Amino acid sequence: MVHLADVTKYYGRKRALGPVSFEIEKGDAVGFLGLNGVGKTTLLRILACGLRPSAGTVEIDGHDVLRSPHEVRQRVGYLPETPPVYGDMTVGDYLAFAGRIKGMSAEAVVRRVPEVEEYARVAEVHDVPARQLSQGYRQRVGVAQAIVHDPELLILDEPAHDLDPVQIVEMRGMIRDLKDAHTILISSHILPEISETCDRLLILDDGRIAAQGTEAELGEGLLRARRMAVTVRLADAEGADVEGAAAEAVIRAVPGVTGVERVAGSENDVATWHVEADADLRAAVCRALVEAGCDVVGLAGAERQLERVFVGLVGGAEA
Amino acid sequence: MTGVVFRRELGAYLRSPMGYIVAAVVLLLDGLLFYAQALGPSAGERLSGQVLAGFFYNASGLTAIAAVALSIRLVAEERQSGTQLLLDTSPVRDWQIVWGKFLSALTFLGAINLATIYMPLLVLVNGKVSVGHVLIGYLGLTLIGGAVLAVGLFASALTRHQLVAAAVASVVTGTLFLLWPLSRIVGPPLSRVFAALAIHGRHFAGFQSGLFHVRDLVYYVAVTYFFLYAATKVMEAKRWE
Repeated sequence: MVHLADVTKYYGRKRALGPVSFEIEKGDAVGFLGLNGVGKTTLLRILACGLRPSAGTVEIDGHDVLRSPHEVRQRVGYLPETPPVYGDMTVGDYLAFAGRIKGMSAEAVVRRVPEVEEYARVAEVHDVPARQLSQGYRQRVGVAQAIVHDPELLILDEPAHDLDPVQIVEMRGMIRDLKDAHTILISSHILPEISETCDRLLILDDGRIAAQGTEAELGEGLLRARRMAVTVRLADAEGADVEGAAAEAVIRAVPGVTGVERVAGSENDVATWHVEADADLRAAVCRALVEAGCDVVGLAGAERQLERVFVGLVGGAEA
Repeated sequence: MTGVVFRRELGAYLRSPMGYIVAAVVLLLDGLLFYAQALGPSAGERLSGQVLAGFFYNASGLTAIAAVALSIRLVAEERQSGTQLLLDTSPVRDWQIVWGKFLSALTFLGAINLATIYMPLLVLVNGKVSVGHVLIGYLGLTLIGGAVLAVGLFASALTRHQLVAAAVASVVTGTLFLLWPLSRIVGPPLSRVFAALAIHGRHFAGFQSGLFHVRDLVYYVAVTYFFLYAATKVMEAKRWE
C-alpha cells in the first residue's frame, strides 16, 4: 500500500527527514512515534502529497506521489495537526464541500455526509458554524473530512492534539473503529496514543527510523534490559557511616550490571541508584550489598516501561 | 471542481462582514460622487452623457479599490488559517482553485456594481443617453474589476499575510494606473508603451463614453489572464512546500 525508498527532505541545507525506507501493507495501522521536531509531520505531509521530497521515491497503492499526485490524493485522507476547517461554514456544509473537492459527486456527498457525521460523532453539530466548535469537535470534524471520500489510506497527524482526557479516549475509540476500513498512519509524540491503536510502531529520531516493529517485538528486543531501583541506608547497623561511593562500587562489581546511576535528591540517610542489567539481578545485587555491610532498604522495579525505551531510543535524558 | 470552489468562496463573501463592508463603502462613495456630479452646483452645465461618463469614471476607481480589498484574502487567508492544506491534499487542480476563487470574487464585485444601476437609470430616464452606453459602461467596470481582482489574487497567492498581499496588489495596480499620466509626461516611444499598458486612461475611456473597442477588451482580458496564470504558477510552486 505504501512504499518509501530512501526518502529525504531538506529545508535549505537542514535535513528534516531521512533517508527513510519502509513499506506498509494494506489494512495495517502504523504509528509514527517521535519527539516534536523529528520529522513526523514532514513524513506524513510527503505521504499526503503536500510536500515534495528532496530525494527518494514514494508510492501509494502503486502510484508515485510526484508523477501521479492526483491519483494519490484521491486515495488518501489527511488530517493535519490543525484541522483544516473553515470557520464560516457549518459542519454539514463543510463536509459536503470536502467531499466535493475530493472528487465525489453531489449525490454521493448527500448520502455520505450523514454517515461520516454519525461515524465521527458530529451529527449533533451539523448546523453549527465551525468557528463555534470546541477543540474536540473540531478535531472530530477534521477526522470526518479525512474519511468523507472513503480513502484507502488515512493519515492522521497528532489526532489527539490539544484534546482533554475524555476526548482523547473518544478519539482512540474512533481510530480503532476506522482500522477496519482503512490503512491508517498516525503520528504522535505520546506513546499510548500509538501503542493502543496501532499494530506496528515506527520510532523516528532525528529524521530517521530508530526502531520499528510491533509493540511486542519492540518489547522483546528492547525490554530485555532490566532496570531496578536500589535504596541503601547510608549508615550500618552500628551507626557508622557508609560511603555512598563504596556502595555504588559494590553494585557495579556485580556481574551482569551494565549501568549504575545515583538518583539525585536522595534523602540524607539513604541513597538510591538506578541499576541497568542484562538480566534480573535483584537477588545478586541485594546479596552483594548485604555482604558488604550495607542495609538495603528498598528494591523496586525490574521491568522497563516501553515509554522509557522510547525515550532512550530517541536520546532523551530521562531514561 | 471550479464550481465547487466558486460556491464556497462566494458563500464566504456572503457570510463575512468584510464583503458587506466593502459593498457598503463602495455604494456610499458611488452615491456621493454621483450626487455631486448629477445634482451638485455645476450639474446643470453638464450633458447627461457627460454625467454618465463621470459616473463610470468614478465607479472604475472605486471598483479597482474594492477589487483589491476583496481579492487579498482569497489565498492568503487560507494559508494563514491552515485550510489551504485541505485544497493542497485534495485532487483539485491549481487552475481550478484559482478560477473558482476569481469567478466568485468577480461575481460578488459584479453584484456590488449592479447595485449602483439606479444611478445610470436615473440618467437614462431623465436625460438623453442610450442603453448601450449604460451596458458598455458596466462591461468596462466588470473588465477593469476583473483585471484588478486577478492582480490581487496573484498577490494573495504569494503570501500568507493579507497586509503584504494588499501592499503588493496596491503597488502593482497603482503602477498600472500611473502609467497613463506618465505616458503624457514622457516622450515617444515610451509614451506609447505606457499608454498601451495603462489599466485606465485610454483603455477605459471608451467604456466610460459608451464606445466599445475590441482592443480594450483584449487588453483587459490579457491582463486578467496573465495574472491568473501567474497566480496558478505560484500556487503550483507553493503546493509542494
